[in-house]
Amino acid sequence: MQADWLWGLAGGFIIGTAAALYLLVNGRVMGASGILGGLVDGSGRTTAAERLAFIAGLVALPAVAAPLLARDETHVTPSLALVVIAGLLVGIGTRLANGCTSGHGVCGISRLSRRGLAATLFYLLGGGIAVLVLRHVLGAI
Amino acid sequence: MLRNLFAALAGALFGLGLVVSGMTDTTKVIGWLDIFGDWDPTLAFVMGGAILPMTIAWRIAARRQQAVLGTPIPGSLGLGVDRGIAIGSLLFGFGWGLAGLCPGPAMASVSFGGRGGIVFLLAMIAGMVATPSIRARFGLPATA
Repeated sequence: MQADWLWGLAGGFIIGTAAALYLLVNGRVMGASGILGGLVDGSGRTTAAERLAFIAGLVALPAVAAPLLARDETHVTPSLALVVIAGLLVGIGTRLANGCTSGHGVCGISRLSRRGLAATLFYLLGGGIAVLVLRHVLGAI
Repeated sequence: MLRNLFAALAGALFGLGLVVSGMTDTTKVIGWLDIFGDWDPTLAFVMGGAILPMTIAWRIAARRQQAVLGTPIPGSLGLGVDRGIAIGSLLFGFGWGLAGLCPGPAMASVSFGGRGGIVFLLAMIAGMVATPSIRARFGLPATA
């Protein structure tokens, strides 16, 4: 699609607006891994309802919007072994680093956080290496 | 109640933004990371588009003691770049590159991502549950 960058920019603006709302109204940093992680490992027990509400919205609107916008194809690899390894690494890595693309990336970089910037450089490096090895060396993805 | 309502609204907007931007499509994410192949720059526009309103939000937040619903504005943790950031982000990035999913899109796409999407989400949750013991085992800093 020619206008992919425009959709990217528009979607990004909506994501940033969501993060701004969560910061200014709820007083929380919008980090996907932190919101889910605190819920499943018990560390965010006192804010469980707020976390669940956020996740409910995050799952529900795309369930309606993705088919309407014809964007309901995720093209996830058919290899379940690859999916399991990837999921474990993303779960462990984001919790060890205390953040992912939304928390360190969107919310960290926008406040010029050194930790957010460093995390972003490291996960881009890890992702670049994974695709280089898997696609261009092993031909697996 | 109001707090949960706005949390759901923020989550819904976040999900809509991920769908509109194309970030629930793993080929676009892997395409962004594939700098030696057919590179897809879309993710840079998504990041740029998201950072813009958030930069303004942090400026507004800096002039306030509290958020609208009374919670203190979260401050910087005041921590440096530690081993957890470096090792964790490298591992996260590697997994991100393998499947093209990170935590936000993994949740946003679970209703239409098929079996692979559900398996990814379950494995990710398992990894999150295991992390406190991994931290303890390897003596990594607990900054949560």
